[in-house]
Amino acid sequence: MKVTLKVWRQRNASSPGEFRTYQTPDLNPNMSFLEMLDVVNDSLTARGEEPIAFAHDCREGICGTCSLVINGKPHGPHRLVASCQTYMRSFHDGETIVVEPFRAKPFPIVKDLVTDRRAFDRIMAAGGFISVRTGAAPDANSLPVSKEAADRAMDAAACIGCGACVAACKNASAMLFVSAKVSQYSLLPQGQPERYRRVLGMVAKMDEEGFGNCTVTGACEAVCPKGISLDFIARLNREYSTALLRESIGRTAGSDGGA
Amino acid sequence: MKLESKVPSGALEQKWTKHLGDIKLVNPANKRKYEIIVVGGGLAGSSAAASLAELGYKVKCVIYHDSARRAHSVAAQGGINAAKNYQNDGDSVHRLFYDTIKGGDYRAREANVYRLAQVSVKIIDQCVAQGVPFAREYGGLLANRSFGGAQVSRTFYARGQTGQQLLLGAYSALMKTVGAGAVQMLPHEEMMDVVLVNGHAKGVICRNLNTGKVTRHNADAVVLATGGYGNVFNLSTYGRLSNTTAIWRAYKRGACFANPCFTQIHPTCIPVSGDYQSKLTLMSESLRNDGRIWVPKKKEDSRKSPGDIAEEDRDYYLERMYPSYGNLAPRDISSRAAKKVCDEGRGVGDSGLGVYLDFSDAIRRLGENAVRERYGNLFDIYKEITNEDAYRSPMRIFPAVHYTMGGLWVDYNLMSSIPGLFVLGEANFSDHGANRLGASALMQGLADGYFVIPFTIGDYLAQLKPGSRPASDAPEFAEAEQQVLGRIQKLLSIRGKQPVSHFHKRLGKILWDHCGMARNARGLEKALQEIPALREEFWSNVNVPGDSADLNQSLENAHRVADFLELGELMCRDALDRDESCGCHFREEHIDAEGECDRNDEHYAYVAAWEYAGEGKKPVLNKEPLVYEAVKMVKRNYK
Repeated sequence: MKVTLKVWRQRNASSPGEFRTYQTPDLNPNMSFLEMLDVVNDSLTARGEEPIAFAHDCREGICGTCSLVINGKPHGPHRLVASCQTYMRSFHDGETIVVEPFRAKPFPIVKDLVTDRRAFDRIMAAGGFISVRTGAAPDANSLPVSKEAADRAMDAAACIGCGACVAACKNASAMLFVSAKVSQYSLLPQGQPERYRRVLGMVAKMDEEGFGNCTVTGACEAVCPKGISLDFIARLNREYSTALLRESIGRTAGSDGGA
Repeated sequence: MKLESKVPSGALEQKWTKHLGDIKLVNPANKRKYEIIVVGGGLAGSSAAASLAELGYKVKCVIYHDSARRAHSVAAQGGINAAKNYQNDGDSVHRLFYDTIKGGDYRAREANVYRLAQVSVKIIDQCVAQGVPFAREYGGLLANRSFGGAQVSRTFYARGQTGQQLLLGAYSALMKTVGAGAVQMLPHEEMMDVVLVNGHAKGVICRNLNTGKVTRHNADAVVLATGGYGNVFNLSTYGRLSNTTAIWRAYKRGACFANPCFTQIHPTCIPVSGDYQSKLTLMSESLRNDGRIWVPKKKEDSRKSPGDIAEEDRDYYLERMYPSYGNLAPRDISSRAAKKVCDEGRGVGDSGLGVYLDFSDAIRRLGENAVRERYGNLFDIYKEITNEDAYRSPMRIFPAVHYTMGGLWVDYNLMSSIPGLFVLGEANFSDHGANRLGASALMQGLADGYFVIPFTIGDYLAQLKPGSRPASDAPEFAEAEQQVLGRIQKLLSIRGKQPVSHFHKRLGKILWDHCGMARNARGLEKALQEIPALREEFWSNVNVPGDSADLNQSLENAHRVADFLELGELMCRDALDRDESCGCHFREEHIDAEGECDRNDEHYAYVAAWEYAGEGKKPVLNKEPLVYEAVKMVKRNYK
């Protein structure tokens, strides 16, 4: 099979970008989308042109590095898969495929299809952790956690931090990302002491970084390669409003009781 | 060079405790006067950077990703071992230690492995306290499963994403210290060289991948936690960016490289489908708890659909050859067995390079839902890649490069042969010998980062005067920076005919053919001819487009492949020199009557630590004898 690519090319953050069109060499339908780009890049190199820059690493859908908008959809046509797990058999011979970077103000473009998503790290540094000094932990089984809570926390913890939720949102909201981390910890007994401090810190940083608010369109959940549920945003809202309320009466630190 | 392992004296069980009492400490008020550079942000790097910063040291953490959460530790699926004995099935520190030593075919350092087993229990405590959502039983306590090479259930897991969850735990600890201003992250920076001042590691040279800017960073000590080098084979289960550059540059500055030929070929990966392929995907070893591995008994059945092959015509070869471990035989043995049945023409799939991993018995026994709950995400990955449903027909799997047991030589303190240069996790050689057991890589990365380096680095730093680190305008920094800039210019000026990938693929093929699952002197000698020739061709005919003023992925890759082209030669030299079979290193000249490894303890019970001797010169082989005080070296038997 062969396809036509319309690819966003942009030299760096300060230069203007544009779409450029490329015809691919002959492709095998079992190639991954990124392998197709590898092949195109080798042919561009052979012609003396600069290859298309794109972010990738693990190529098995877990590191969250790959970040393509394929035909207008973050991570491409299929539900629950990342760009790197999209295969050429999902497209038809002769199709024109539009490839763009994740677009959001807090994710400035570095080059072509590569964006800078360090804003997520800064949100994490503002509260996305349980403070436990190395070596200070009690025996792991001294604190039973119900299977339901552990499983639900794991559902939230499965987030790979790719930012597709932001790219899909008309407000460039990072609420799905933030809610996943806040929910993971608020569901677990270990997360209680810093429960309210955490949500206040992370939300404040999220706002400061320029991510927008959630208007519950659900676009984020629809494109999330790990199926992080919109329910977690509801949980985030509850955690946040409780924290605000507590703050207003001078009680901010942790939770008094269980989850 | 004389290699001093610095293993403490005394009984094996007491060595680590005794050592902790003996090594020097840095006064808390002085800790902030020392600066440490940690290179790498995976399990070992993140846990080390966070723990060192908590102690009060000034820490810089260099990563080439935007975020430490993307390091390839994230992709580990199955689990992490710990000698908790929560299952009451007879596990103990000694048993985990013994399984690891035996699994490594008696080519690991005994005292390091014992320490690893000792601290394993603390890792689980640490991770649970951080909020890592390990799998639990209905009573709320932690669940376990079994992994290869063990007869107890000691593996803790978080669905099929254990590496991700452990990394996110370490990463969150790191982010906490970043938020507190205790760690400075240097993202998008690739370490290009180590700087030595008076023979001690005192800094690094980095290149910013987004801007191309080359910078100097001085420190009192440097910690490398940069992972393994399996991408030298081009096709592997590693992330595409994983590389050898950091440890290779350290090697060229004088750090010995130990057992470079010890490469783990993982038995359960999705088979190669075409020459465009960029990466191989692992199917976790945990699948072997419930999946049964087989091929047709008869060659002529190998093209048939698996459902058309009657039960009596199937050869469950691992269960037949290794009845006591069965499908949970260690990785090297399972991989070799797969190669053997495929060499006999009984392999399945289009290429004939595949065996079945069949869940039909487990689905009958447990029901599809229970299987889905245990392995659902792995079945999904399999479906995405192959377009086949493993609930209906067996998976096809084949061995693939997965891990490197070899790495920079380190002493008991994890310090390399360059004073002040420490090496953690997969980047060092110390704990897995000639074969690593499943679920032990995560254990080692976190053991090194959380529970070893925070103590042992103090022993080195306490010998330095606070504030005595050389400034980054010292001539040694300028010299190293010039070399880096010179190499960048050289790569950009060749403008040959072939892309970098062309050379990487050819190198990978040479190594897979001659330094892979089976090796022999003739093949290795051939590879030792071919690799230098390929390297020469690379330096005269590679095409690296663009410049170094902004993001240039071809240039990044060219640097990495240039180093692989040197490392590949050292691997073959090491494999040729080790004229015995042990663990993953299967020399066809040394096979016993049953077709297994014929180890030669009399002549090869040593760590081969190679020392760089200069451009075009044969490296010097230093030997650290492996002395076993507590275990007897016996023939490994899983039958």
